[in-house]
Amino acid sequence: MVEAKLNSPVRQVRQEPQALVVTLAGDVDLHRTPELQQELVRVVERRPRRIVLDLTAVQYMDSSGVASLVKLLSSTRRQNIELKLCGMAPRVKSIFEITRLDTVFDICPALKDALA
Amino acid sequence: MIDKADSLLDAPVAPAAAAEAPPPAIAVVDLVSVLDGRPVLDGVSFDVPRGKTLVIMGPSGCGKTTLLRHLIGSMRPTRGRVELLGHNLGELAERDLEAVRRRFGILFQSGALFNSMTVAENVALPLREHTRLDAATIDVIVKMKLELVNLRAAANRMPAEISGGMKKRAGLARAIALDPEVLFYDEPSAGLDPVTSAEIDQLIIDLTDKLGVTSVVVTHEMDSAFRVADTMVMLDEGKVLRTGARQEFQLLRDGPPTGDRASDLIRQFLTGSSHGPITDRRLSGGYADDILMAAGRAGRPLWTGWR
Repeated sequence: MVEAKLNSPVRQVRQEPQALVVTLAGDVDLHRTPELQQELVRVVERRPRRIVLDLTAVQYMDSSGVASLVKLLSSTRRQNIELKLCGMAPRVKSIFEITRLDTVFDICPALKDALA
Repeated sequence: MIDKADSLLDAPVAPAAAAEAPPPAIAVVDLVSVLDGRPVLDGVSFDVPRGKTLVIMGPSGCGKTTLLRHLIGSMRPTRGRVELLGHNLGELAERDLEAVRRRFGILFQSGALFNSMTVAENVALPLREHTRLDAATIDVIVKMKLELVNLRAAANRMPAEISGGMKKRAGLARAIALDPEVLFYDEPSAGLDPVTSAEIDQLIIDLTDKLGVTSVVVTHEMDSAFRVADTMVMLDEGKVLRTGARQEFQLLRDGPPTGDRASDLIRQFLTGSSHGPITDRRLSGGYADDILMAAGRAGRPLWTGWR
Protein backbone atom coordinates (compact mmCIF):
# COMPACT_ATOMS: atom_id res chain seq x y z
CA MET A 1 0.00 0.00 0.00
CA VAL A 2 1.29 3.45 -0.93
CA GLU A 3 0.27 6.41 1.20
CA ALA A 4 -0.29 10.04 0.27
CA LYS A 5 2.32 12.61 -0.66
CA LEU A 6 1.93 16.26 0.16
CA ASN A 7 -0.01 18.22 -2.48
CA SER A 8 -0.98 15.08 -4.33
CA PRO A 9 -4.66 14.20 -4.66
CA VAL A 10 -3.66 10.50 -4.56
CA ARG A 11 -4.40 9.41 -1.01
CA GLN A 12 -3.80 5.72 -1.31
CA VAL A 13 -2.88 2.99 -3.79
CA ARG A 14 -3.80 -0.51 -2.69
CA GLN A 15 -4.05 -3.88 -4.38
CA GLU A 16 -7.39 -5.63 -4.09
CA PRO A 17 -7.94 -9.10 -5.56
CA GLN A 18 -9.94 -7.64 -8.46
CA ALA A 19 -8.04 -4.42 -9.13
CA LEU A 20 -5.46 -1.84 -8.16
CA VAL A 21 -7.52 0.77 -6.30
CA VAL A 22 -6.32 4.37 -6.43
CA THR A 23 -8.08 6.66 -3.98
CA LEU A 24 -8.13 10.38 -4.74
CA ALA A 25 -9.22 13.06 -2.27
CA GLY A 26 -9.75 16.81 -1.98
CA ASP A 27 -9.55 19.12 -4.95
CA VAL A 28 -8.15 17.78 -8.21
CA ASP A 29 -7.18 21.03 -9.88
CA LEU A 30 -4.51 22.91 -11.75
CA HIS A 31 -2.26 23.09 -8.69
CA ARG A 32 -2.23 19.34 -8.14
CA THR A 33 -2.44 17.81 -11.61
CA PRO A 34 1.35 17.62 -12.19
CA GLU A 35 1.70 15.36 -9.10
CA LEU A 36 -1.44 13.44 -10.07
CA GLN A 37 -0.14 12.73 -13.56
CA GLN A 38 3.24 11.57 -12.25
CA GLU A 39 1.60 9.18 -9.81
CA LEU A 40 -0.82 7.84 -12.40
CA VAL A 41 2.13 7.04 -14.69
CA ARG A 42 3.66 4.99 -11.86
CA VAL A 43 0.32 3.22 -11.30
CA VAL A 44 0.14 2.19 -14.97
CA GLU A 45 3.75 1.01 -14.87
CA ARG A 46 2.67 -1.64 -12.37
CA ARG A 47 0.65 -3.20 -15.23
CA PRO A 48 -2.42 -4.31 -13.26
CA ARG A 49 -5.29 -5.98 -15.12
CA ARG A 50 -7.72 -3.38 -13.81
CA ILE A 51 -7.36 0.07 -12.25
CA VAL A 52 -10.20 1.52 -10.19
CA LEU A 53 -10.07 5.22 -9.44
CA ASP A 54 -12.11 5.86 -6.29
CA LEU A 55 -13.30 9.48 -6.41
CA THR A 56 -15.62 9.33 -3.39
CA ALA A 57 -13.53 11.88 -1.44
CA VAL A 58 -12.98 14.25 -4.37
CA GLN A 59 -14.82 17.51 -3.73
CA TYR A 60 -13.88 19.38 -6.88
CA MET A 61 -12.26 18.52 -10.19
CA ASP A 62 -11.34 21.07 -12.82
CA SER A 63 -10.62 20.55 -16.52
CA SER A 64 -6.95 19.81 -15.92
CA GLY A 65 -7.97 17.02 -13.52
CA VAL A 66 -10.39 15.58 -16.05
CA ALA A 67 -7.72 15.87 -18.76
CA SER A 68 -5.34 13.91 -16.53
CA LEU A 69 -7.88 11.09 -16.35
CA VAL A 70 -8.29 11.20 -20.14
CA LYS A 71 -4.53 10.76 -20.48
CA LEU A 72 -4.70 7.86 -18.03
CA LEU A 73 -7.49 6.27 -20.08
CA SER A 74 -5.46 6.66 -23.25
CA SER A 75 -2.47 5.02 -21.58
CA THR A 76 -4.48 2.12 -20.10
CA ARG A 77 -6.20 1.39 -23.41
CA ARG A 78 -2.85 1.15 -25.19
CA GLN A 79 -1.75 -1.43 -22.62
CA ASN A 80 -5.04 -3.36 -22.41
CA ILE A 81 -5.63 -2.34 -18.82
CA GLU A 82 -9.23 -1.97 -17.73
CA LEU A 83 -10.01 1.41 -16.12
CA LYS A 84 -13.07 2.19 -14.01
CA LEU A 85 -14.02 5.36 -12.16
CA CYS A 86 -16.34 5.26 -9.16
CA GLY A 87 -17.87 7.31 -6.35
CA MET A 88 -18.28 10.57 -8.23
CA ALA A 89 -20.01 13.39 -6.33
CA PRO A 90 -22.78 15.04 -8.39
CA ARG A 91 -20.69 18.15 -9.12
CA VAL A 92 -17.77 16.03 -10.36
CA LYS A 93 -20.08 13.85 -12.44
CA SER A 94 -21.56 16.98 -14.02
CA ILE A 95 -18.16 17.88 -15.47
CA PHE A 96 -18.02 14.51 -17.21
CA GLU A 97 -21.62 14.83 -18.40
CA ILE A 98 -21.32 18.36 -19.75
CA THR A 99 -18.20 17.44 -21.73
CA ARG A 100 -19.81 14.11 -22.76
CA LEU A 101 -16.93 12.16 -21.23
CA ASP A 102 -19.44 10.05 -19.31
CA THR A 103 -19.81 8.19 -22.62
CA VAL A 104 -16.06 7.63 -22.87
CA PHE A 105 -15.25 6.42 -19.34
CA ASP A 106 -16.57 3.35 -17.54
CA ILE A 107 -18.19 5.05 -14.53
CA CYS A 108 -19.61 3.02 -11.63
CA PRO A 109 -21.75 4.38 -8.78
CA ALA A 110 -19.64 2.93 -5.94
CA LEU A 111 -16.38 1.09 -5.28
CA LYS A 112 -18.16 -2.25 -4.80
CA ASP A 113 -19.66 -1.91 -8.29
CA ALA A 114 -16.26 -1.18 -9.80
CA LEU A 115 -14.78 -4.23 -8.08
CA ALA A 116 -17.62 -6.56 -9.11
CA MET B 1 3.22 22.51 1.74
CA ILE B 2 0.08 22.01 3.80
CA ASP B 3 -2.62 20.01 2.08
CA LYS B 4 -5.74 22.15 1.49
CA ALA B 5 -8.17 19.40 2.54
CA ASP B 6 -6.26 18.66 5.74
CA SER B 7 -5.97 22.31 6.65
CA LEU B 8 -9.72 22.67 6.21
CA LEU B 9 -10.33 19.72 8.49
CA ASP B 10 -8.04 21.20 11.13
CA ALA B 11 -9.60 24.64 10.99
CA PRO B 12 -12.00 25.51 13.84
CA VAL B 13 -15.58 25.89 12.69
CA ALA B 14 -17.73 28.62 14.21
CA PRO B 15 -21.23 27.14 14.59
CA ALA B 16 -22.94 30.50 13.98
CA ALA B 17 -20.98 31.13 10.79
CA ALA B 18 -21.91 27.74 9.37
CA ALA B 19 -25.56 28.77 9.10
CA GLU B 20 -24.85 32.08 7.36
CA ALA B 21 -25.47 32.49 3.64
CA PRO B 22 -22.28 32.44 1.58
CA PRO B 23 -21.09 35.86 0.43
CA PRO B 24 -22.25 36.83 -3.06
CA ALA B 25 -19.94 36.29 -6.03
CA ILE B 26 -20.44 39.93 -6.96
CA ALA B 27 -21.51 42.87 -4.81
CA VAL B 28 -21.94 46.30 -6.39
CA VAL B 29 -22.34 48.96 -3.72
CA ASP B 30 -23.44 52.55 -4.48
CA LEU B 31 -21.35 52.60 -7.66
CA VAL B 32 -20.89 56.02 -9.23
CA SER B 33 -19.01 56.47 -12.49
CA VAL B 34 -18.46 59.96 -13.85
CA LEU B 35 -17.18 60.37 -17.40
CA ASP B 36 -16.42 63.83 -18.81
CA GLY B 37 -18.22 65.39 -15.86
CA ARG B 38 -21.40 63.37 -16.50
CA PRO B 39 -22.57 60.60 -14.16
CA VAL B 40 -22.93 57.52 -16.37
CA LEU B 41 -23.68 55.33 -13.36
CA ASP B 42 -25.32 56.95 -10.36
CA GLY B 43 -25.56 54.96 -7.14
CA VAL B 44 -25.90 51.47 -8.64
CA SER B 45 -26.21 48.62 -6.10
CA PHE B 46 -26.98 44.91 -6.49
CA ASP B 47 -25.66 41.45 -5.58
CA VAL B 48 -25.16 38.31 -7.65
CA PRO B 49 -25.30 35.14 -5.51
CA ARG B 50 -22.82 32.39 -6.31
CA GLY B 51 -23.99 29.98 -8.98
CA LYS B 52 -26.78 32.24 -10.21
CA THR B 53 -27.33 34.19 -13.42
CA LEU B 54 -28.03 37.92 -13.41
CA VAL B 55 -29.26 39.64 -16.55
CA ILE B 56 -28.51 43.36 -16.93
CA MET B 57 -30.78 45.21 -19.33
CA GLY B 58 -31.90 48.69 -20.19
CA PRO B 59 -32.38 51.10 -23.09
CA SER B 60 -29.37 52.10 -25.22
CA GLY B 61 -27.12 54.54 -23.38
CA CYS B 62 -28.39 53.54 -19.92
CA GLY B 63 -24.89 52.60 -18.70
CA LYS B 64 -24.82 48.82 -19.28
CA THR B 65 -21.47 48.79 -21.05
CA THR B 66 -19.88 51.07 -18.43
CA LEU B 67 -21.26 48.83 -15.68
CA LEU B 68 -19.78 45.75 -17.37
CA ARG B 69 -16.38 47.49 -17.54
CA HIS B 70 -16.55 48.16 -13.80
CA LEU B 71 -17.53 44.55 -13.09
CA ILE B 72 -14.45 43.24 -14.90
CA GLY B 73 -12.17 45.80 -13.28
CA SER B 74 -11.26 47.71 -16.42
CA MET B 75 -12.67 50.95 -14.95
CA ARG B 76 -12.25 52.30 -11.42
CA PRO B 77 -15.31 53.72 -9.63
CA THR B 78 -15.59 57.45 -9.00
CA ARG B 79 -17.37 56.41 -5.81
CA GLY B 80 -18.67 53.18 -4.31
CA ARG B 81 -17.23 49.75 -4.92
CA VAL B 82 -17.39 46.53 -6.92
CA GLU B 83 -16.54 43.35 -5.02
CA LEU B 84 -15.79 40.32 -7.15
CA LEU B 85 -15.16 36.99 -5.42
CA GLY B 86 -14.47 38.87 -2.20
CA HIS B 87 -12.06 41.42 -3.67
CA ASN B 88 -12.75 45.14 -3.88
CA LEU B 89 -11.60 45.69 -7.48
CA GLY B 90 -11.07 49.43 -7.01
CA GLU B 91 -8.45 48.84 -4.32
CA LEU B 92 -6.44 46.11 -6.03
CA ALA B 93 -3.00 46.71 -7.48
CA GLU B 94 -2.71 45.72 -11.15
CA ARG B 95 -0.88 42.45 -10.28
CA ASP B 96 -3.57 41.39 -7.83
CA LEU B 97 -6.27 42.40 -10.29
CA GLU B 98 -4.62 40.11 -12.85
CA ALA B 99 -4.91 37.19 -10.40
CA VAL B 100 -8.64 37.90 -9.95
CA ARG B 101 -9.07 38.20 -13.74
CA ARG B 102 -7.90 34.59 -14.12
CA ARG B 103 -10.93 33.55 -12.08
CA PHE B 104 -13.46 35.00 -14.51
CA GLY B 105 -14.10 34.74 -18.24
CA ILE B 106 -15.64 37.14 -20.72
CA LEU B 107 -17.57 36.35 -23.87
CA PHE B 108 -17.25 39.45 -25.99
CA GLN B 109 -19.98 40.45 -28.40
CA SER B 110 -17.93 39.60 -31.48
CA GLY B 111 -16.21 36.54 -29.99
CA ALA B 112 -12.95 38.54 -30.19
CA LEU B 113 -10.92 35.69 -31.69
CA PHE B 114 -7.40 36.15 -32.98
CA ASN B 115 -7.73 35.90 -36.75
CA SER B 116 -4.20 34.57 -37.22
CA MET B 117 -4.89 31.50 -35.05
CA THR B 118 -7.09 28.47 -35.57
CA VAL B 119 -10.14 27.98 -33.36
CA ALA B 120 -8.24 25.41 -31.27
CA GLU B 121 -5.23 27.72 -30.88
CA ASN B 122 -7.56 30.51 -29.72
CA VAL B 123 -9.03 28.22 -27.04
CA ALA B 124 -5.58 27.00 -26.00
CA LEU B 125 -4.19 30.52 -25.63
CA PRO B 126 -5.23 31.22 -22.00
CA LEU B 127 -4.05 27.73 -20.98
CA ARG B 128 -0.64 28.32 -22.57
CA GLU B 129 -0.34 31.82 -21.09
CA HIS B 130 -1.59 31.20 -17.57
CA THR B 131 -0.75 27.59 -16.74
CA ARG B 132 2.24 25.27 -16.89
CA LEU B 133 0.24 22.37 -18.29
CA ASP B 134 1.97 20.22 -20.88
CA ALA B 135 0.90 20.32 -24.52
CA ALA B 136 -1.00 16.99 -24.39
CA THR B 137 -3.07 18.07 -21.37
CA ILE B 138 -3.85 21.40 -23.05
CA ASP B 139 -4.90 19.56 -26.23
CA VAL B 140 -7.30 17.38 -24.23
CA ILE B 141 -8.81 20.41 -22.46
CA VAL B 142 -9.23 22.25 -25.77
CA LYS B 143 -11.09 19.25 -27.22
CA MET B 144 -13.32 19.09 -24.13
CA LYS B 145 -14.19 22.78 -24.36
CA LEU B 146 -14.85 22.60 -28.10
CA GLU B 147 -17.08 19.54 -27.58
CA LEU B 148 -18.97 21.47 -24.91
CA VAL B 149 -19.81 24.23 -27.42
CA ASN B 150 -20.35 21.68 -30.21
CA LEU B 151 -17.43 23.00 -32.26
CA ARG B 152 -14.90 20.17 -32.19
CA ALA B 153 -15.18 19.66 -35.95
CA ALA B 154 -14.07 23.26 -36.53
CA ALA B 155 -10.97 23.02 -34.34
CA ASN B 156 -8.52 23.56 -37.18
CA ARG B 157 -10.45 26.21 -39.06
CA MET B 158 -9.53 29.89 -39.06
CA PRO B 159 -12.00 32.46 -37.63
CA ALA B 160 -12.53 33.90 -41.13
CA GLU B 161 -13.79 30.48 -42.27
CA ILE B 162 -16.58 30.11 -39.68
CA SER B 163 -19.97 31.77 -39.14
CA GLY B 164 -20.79 34.45 -36.57
CA GLY B 165 -22.52 31.91 -34.35
CA MET B 166 -19.52 29.59 -34.50
CA LYS B 167 -17.21 32.50 -33.64
CA LYS B 168 -19.34 33.23 -30.60
CA ARG B 169 -19.24 29.59 -29.52
CA ALA B 170 -15.46 29.54 -30.03
CA GLY B 171 -15.24 32.70 -27.91
CA LEU B 172 -17.23 30.94 -25.21
CA ALA B 173 -14.93 27.89 -25.36
CA ARG B 174 -11.97 30.22 -24.85
CA ALA B 175 -13.77 32.10 -22.03
CA ILE B 176 -14.24 28.83 -20.11
CA ALA B 177 -10.80 27.40 -20.86
CA LEU B 178 -9.53 28.15 -17.35
CA ASP B 179 -12.73 26.96 -15.59
CA PRO B 180 -13.77 30.43 -14.44
CA GLU B 181 -15.93 30.91 -11.36
CA VAL B 182 -17.69 33.87 -12.98
CA LEU B 183 -18.59 34.44 -16.64
CA PHE B 184 -19.54 37.76 -18.18
CA TYR B 185 -21.49 37.73 -21.43
CA ASP B 186 -21.76 40.88 -23.54
CA GLU B 187 -24.80 40.52 -25.81
CA PRO B 188 -24.35 36.76 -26.30
CA SER B 189 -27.34 36.44 -28.66
CA ALA B 190 -26.75 39.53 -30.78
CA GLY B 191 -26.74 38.73 -34.49
CA LEU B 192 -27.48 35.04 -34.03
CA ASP B 193 -30.29 33.01 -35.57
CA PRO B 194 -32.92 31.80 -33.06
CA VAL B 195 -31.59 28.23 -32.89
CA THR B 196 -27.97 29.27 -32.29
CA SER B 197 -29.18 31.83 -29.77
CA ALA B 198 -31.13 29.14 -27.89
CA GLU B 199 -28.07 26.86 -27.97
CA ILE B 200 -25.90 29.59 -26.41
CA ASP B 201 -28.59 30.16 -23.78
CA GLN B 202 -28.63 26.45 -22.96
CA LEU B 203 -24.85 26.54 -22.50
CA ILE B 204 -25.19 29.46 -20.09
CA ILE B 205 -27.82 27.48 -18.16
CA ASP B 206 -25.72 24.29 -18.13
CA LEU B 207 -22.60 26.08 -16.94
CA THR B 208 -24.59 27.62 -14.11
CA ASP B 209 -26.71 24.62 -13.11
CA LYS B 210 -24.18 21.84 -13.62
CA LEU B 211 -20.87 23.52 -12.85
CA GLY B 212 -22.00 26.27 -10.45
CA VAL B 213 -20.60 29.10 -12.57
CA THR B 214 -21.92 32.57 -11.68
CA SER B 215 -23.04 34.42 -14.81
CA VAL B 216 -23.69 38.05 -15.66
CA VAL B 217 -25.41 38.56 -19.00
CA VAL B 218 -25.83 41.95 -20.66
CA THR B 219 -28.49 41.62 -23.31
CA HIS B 220 -31.21 43.31 -25.33
CA GLU B 221 -32.73 39.99 -26.39
CA MET B 222 -35.69 39.47 -24.10
CA ASP B 223 -36.42 35.85 -25.07
CA SER B 224 -32.84 35.01 -24.18
CA ALA B 225 -32.95 37.11 -20.99
CA PHE B 226 -36.00 35.27 -19.65
CA ARG B 227 -34.50 31.89 -20.56
CA VAL B 228 -31.26 32.33 -18.64
CA ALA B 229 -32.00 34.76 -15.78
CA ASP B 230 -32.39 33.96 -12.12
CA THR B 231 -32.45 37.65 -11.29
CA MET B 232 -32.64 40.78 -13.42
CA VAL B 233 -31.51 44.38 -13.14
CA MET B 234 -33.13 47.12 -15.18
CA LEU B 235 -30.95 50.19 -15.65
CA ASP B 236 -32.21 53.54 -16.85
CA GLU B 237 -30.19 56.73 -17.18
CA GLY B 238 -27.41 55.31 -15.03
CA LYS B 239 -29.63 54.23 -12.13
CA VAL B 240 -31.11 50.90 -11.11
CA LEU B 241 -34.78 51.22 -11.93
CA ARG B 242 -35.57 47.80 -10.49
CA THR B 243 -33.88 44.60 -9.47
CA GLY B 244 -35.64 41.34 -8.72
CA ALA B 245 -36.33 37.74 -9.59
CA ARG B 246 -37.11 36.79 -13.21
CA GLN B 247 -40.68 36.00 -12.19
CA GLU B 248 -41.26 39.58 -11.00
CA PHE B 249 -40.22 40.91 -14.39
CA GLN B 250 -42.39 38.30 -16.12
CA LEU B 251 -45.41 39.57 -14.17
CA LEU B 252 -44.62 43.14 -15.25
CA ARG B 253 -44.20 42.08 -18.87
CA ASP B 254 -47.41 40.06 -19.03
CA GLY B 255 -49.58 42.41 -16.94
CA PRO B 256 -51.41 45.59 -18.01
CA PRO B 257 -49.88 49.09 -17.73
CA THR B 258 -50.02 50.20 -14.09
CA GLY B 259 -49.71 53.96 -14.31
CA ASP B 260 -46.49 53.75 -12.30
CA ARG B 261 -43.83 55.32 -14.52
CA ALA B 262 -40.99 52.98 -13.56
CA SER B 263 -43.12 49.86 -13.98
CA ASP B 264 -44.49 51.06 -17.30
CA LEU B 265 -41.02 51.94 -18.55
CA ILE B 266 -39.80 48.42 -17.70
CA ARG B 267 -42.92 46.93 -19.27
CA GLN B 268 -42.36 48.89 -22.50
CA PHE B 269 -38.76 47.68 -22.64
CA LEU B 270 -39.68 44.06 -21.95
CA THR B 271 -42.48 43.97 -24.52
CA GLY B 272 -40.59 46.00 -27.14
CA SER B 273 -43.55 48.33 -27.59
CA SER B 274 -43.18 51.59 -29.55
CA HIS B 275 -45.53 53.34 -27.10
CA GLY B 276 -44.64 54.19 -23.51
CA PRO B 277 -42.41 56.26 -21.24
CA ILE B 278 -39.19 55.48 -23.14
CA THR B 279 -40.63 56.75 -26.42
CA ASP B 280 -42.31 59.73 -24.72
CA ARG B 281 -38.97 60.75 -23.25
CA ARG B 282 -37.20 60.48 -26.59
CA LEU B 283 -39.91 62.53 -28.30
CA SER B 284 -39.76 65.28 -25.69
CA GLY B 285 -36.43 66.51 -24.39
CA GLY B 286 -36.75 70.19 -25.40
CA TYR B 287 -37.33 69.65 -29.12
CA ALA B 288 -39.08 73.02 -29.59
CA ASP B 289 -36.32 74.93 -27.81
CA ASP B 290 -33.72 73.02 -29.76
CA ILE B 291 -35.16 73.66 -33.21
CA LEU B 292 -35.98 77.30 -32.50
CA MET B 293 -32.43 77.84 -31.29
CA ALA B 294 -31.15 76.28 -34.51
CA ALA B 295 -33.35 78.60 -36.52
CA GLY B 296 -32.09 81.58 -34.53
CA ARG B 297 -28.47 80.57 -35.13
CA ALA B 298 -29.14 80.53 -38.85
CA GLY B 299 -30.07 84.22 -38.60
CA ARG B 300 -33.68 83.89 -39.63
CA PRO B 301 -36.95 82.98 -37.96
CA LEU B 302 -38.24 79.42 -38.27
CA TRP B 303 -41.47 80.28 -40.05
CA THR B 304 -41.66 83.62 -41.83
CA GLY B 305 -45.42 83.28 -42.30
CA TRP B 306 -45.99 84.51 -38.73
CA ARG B 307 -44.31 87.84 -39.31
